[in-house]
Amino acid sequence: MKMPVPDAAIIARKAEIVRALQRLVPGEGVIGDPAGLIPFQSDGLSAYRQTPLAVVLPETVAQVSAVMAWCQANGVKVVPRGAGTSLSGGALPLTDGVVLGMAKFNRVLEVDLANRCAVVQPGVTNLAISAAVEADGFYYAPDPSSQIACTIGGNVAENSGGVHCLKYGLTTHNVLGCEIVLMSGEVVRLGGKGFDAAGYDLLGVVTGSEGLLGVVTEVTVRLLRKPQTARALLLGFPSVEAAGGAVGDIIAAGVIPAGLEMMDNPAIVAAEAFVHAGYPTECAALLIVELDGPEAECAELSAHVAELARARGATTIRTSASDAERLAFWAGRKAAFPAVGRLTPDYYCMDGTIPRRELPRVLAAIGEMSGRYGLRVANVFHAGDGNLHPLIMYDADKAGELEAAEAFGAEILKLCVAVGGVLTGEHGVGVEKRDLMGEMFSETDLACQQRVKCAFDPDLLLNPGKVFPRLHRCAELGRVHVHRGQTAFPELPRF
Amino acid sequence: MLDVAAPRTETPKTADEVAELVADANATGRRLEVVGGGTKRGVGAGVGGDAVISLAALDKVVDYAPEELVLTAQPGVTLAALEKLVAAHGQMLPFEPPRLARLLGTKGHATLGGTLAANLSGPRRLRAGAARDHLLGLSVVTGRGEVVKAGGKVVKNVTGYDLPKLIAGSWGTLAVMTEVTIKVLPAARTEATLLLFGLEGARAGEAMTLALNEPAEVSAAAHLPARTAARAPLKGSMSVTAVRLEGFAASVAARAEHLAQALKGFGRLERLDAEHSRAFWLQVREVEAFARDPRPLWRLSVPPAHGWRLGEALAGDLIYDWGGGLVWLLAESEPAAVRDAARALGGHAAVWRGEGSALAPVEGPLAALNARVKAAFDPNGVLNPGRMGAA
Repeated sequence: MKMPVPDAAIIARKAEIVRALQRLVPGEGVIGDPAGLIPFQSDGLSAYRQTPLAVVLPETVAQVSAVMAWCQANGVKVVPRGAGTSLSGGALPLTDGVVLGMAKFNRVLEVDLANRCAVVQPGVTNLAISAAVEADGFYYAPDPSSQIACTIGGNVAENSGGVHCLKYGLTTHNVLGCEIVLMSGEVVRLGGKGFDAAGYDLLGVVTGSEGLLGVVTEVTVRLLRKPQTARALLLGFPSVEAAGGAVGDIIAAGVIPAGLEMMDNPAIVAAEAFVHAGYPTECAALLIVELDGPEAECAELSAHVAELARARGATTIRTSASDAERLAFWAGRKAAFPAVGRLTPDYYCMDGTIPRRELPRVLAAIGEMSGRYGLRVANVFHAGDGNLHPLIMYDADKAGELEAAEAFGAEILKLCVAVGGVLTGEHGVGVEKRDLMGEMFSETDLACQQRVKCAFDPDLLLNPGKVFPRLHRCAELGRVHVHRGQTAFPELPRF
Repeated sequence: MLDVAAPRTETPKTADEVAELVADANATGRRLEVVGGGTKRGVGAGVGGDAVISLAALDKVVDYAPEELVLTAQPGVTLAALEKLVAAHGQMLPFEPPRLARLLGTKGHATLGGTLAANLSGPRRLRAGAARDHLLGLSVVTGRGEVVKAGGKVVKNVTGYDLPKLIAGSWGTLAVMTEVTIKVLPAARTEATLLLFGLEGARAGEAMTLALNEPAEVSAAAHLPARTAARAPLKGSMSVTAVRLEGFAASVAARAEHLAQALKGFGRLERLDAEHSRAFWLQVREVEAFARDPRPLWRLSVPPAHGWRLGEALAGDLIYDWGGGLVWLLAESEPAAVRDAARALGGHAAVWRGEGSALAPVEGPLAALNARVKAAFDPNGVLNPGRMGAA
């Protein structure tokens, strides 16, 4: 993965930059020594590592603003970072850039139950928001698997999802407002506690912008009342086609489950060996269907879902009789990644989304690729919304295996796009899928997105090297002449 | 009011023709007014277009996969046609799009594109989300004349910037939609509405907040003060506060029972069956009570629990939807007074009907940022100039 060529002049100014940052963020808020920088070398995409020039850990919005303004005035790049759990390298540092860590912004500022929202600082973890309102019977819906560690600021940057997206939406559907600091140091508020904001929906485009448009310094999230009951069904099928058919039948019956997960046989076997959840290891595919709402609804719908599964030839049909049993059904699914991790020194998690009807074809193709690349794969799948997570197993110590795993992953994602899907359902583009953007978007499409970047950050100093295969200077984009949408950037290579 | 007859109207039949018209306008310095069904043409600052682009001929449903919960259509398809299509498959447009033609005194049929461009959503918005939340992807011609696509055709996608959200609610000032993909959902099997009577101001706000905070999945909450309820179509004798429940029959029954208990302290409770519930929410959605009234019509967005305070701050007739978060106001008040009242609660106000119609203004560094976003899409100010104010 190629990152932008580091600016040697900036690296040479390191001592001066660290001193300047220390003036802006006194105390222990600036890290410049090599040992102190090591923990910041990578994020959740640990195959990529770079040592940042410096790390700054501000405590106030005024400090964030001052750091950004100084960096803009001095041409220094900034990489924002929450908990560093990105699976796509969104917080991968730059050797000539400053990492702006938001960990100290860790307070819940206000819980406003009358307006069903909470105002929190960006370094508050996803789970801590729900914990803060649990006693009142509320929760924050998006639940990425890293929710114990990942922060809400990072969730906004990545538009994070989770297993309940089909019914409750992604981050973008659950955030009412935020405050961001632009690269210029200007502080702007987008949205608020009301439903609509004046002007353009900048909150909508900032959410999921992967830290390229602004640094989030405050978030107003929507809170939901916890459902009265939740019930899960564990359904085993003799084929992927049958399980996929059952998913279609459930939705056709008008049921939108709170969670609808699928695992293929290698994933079932790995999870069962790890947590002994009682999964039927002979099944080709397993579904976990979670229903929530009033008891009457859960009872009616769980019986209906069981019937639909039976009609598709399910060989295992179990309905949770208690919350403990429901959580046991989930235990295997939630442990699927570490369970696969026990089988292999390294694994690589993909994140494409496909139209659900393409599932059998895509899984068959992944099986074929697995043979061709000589790498094992286990599939877990947010079946309700078509979001695939193939886990490619490899050994980074074996020459060429990382490259083979990456090539395998890229081939899967290209297939996702080819069948009408997308490169990433919830993990983000980051550096990981950056060079695949051309599979989904034309140069004209990408130029349009990048002009939005230029409106926020004209000097391209905020988190460069992510999302866009190539960042064009904003002045260059302004000059581009397009006639009838046909001739955009003819001089550029296609990826 | 706009003189609809004056400028020439172009009715492109393909995205390429739209691109040609916009490229042409850039080359010749002409400005374009973009129109779907024309039902909201009077909303926002008057558009001084030299020509009109009507999307009426781009009215096809391109692809509809009910089992994928995804529908792709051209922007000129009418909401009526679309709702008929999805209803035939037991599905709905979750954001319950309003038409508002009668309210605004306009002719024509509201379209999908126009609804998305204005980000208009009905009573269900407080539970299901807005139009913008259901726009998964689109193809547009930007103000530069470029054909651009963004988003995707699947329900879960974070690839690239979420330009669909930016273009939703931009009132045609950034780009002309040529194809959109939206998320649809199974239609509710049944519904019921609980009505409370005679509550005023704070008490009505309390009742709605209480209902919305119960684990009852309330899908709509509205309050019509006595003077509004006395108007057609309700012609009632006192204020009405309403909450709606939707879903499977057993679930609706259970939740109605639960809510009736929770709302016991608010006086007599009446329950509307599915048919009457539908009729009630249709008139709320369409703001029927305020149709054909000569006074200026305001649309205010405020934090929902505080909505009722507007009734104390402002003289006029009001309708509270979205649990108090959306307030329609008929009043002769000074515009500054209305805007200040909304701002004081952390919201904003727009004039939707009448002289001086204007969407809510944006101020400070945010205004400059809005202007830069406009310039990124439409540097020559070709599309719907002035409609959103300075942007």
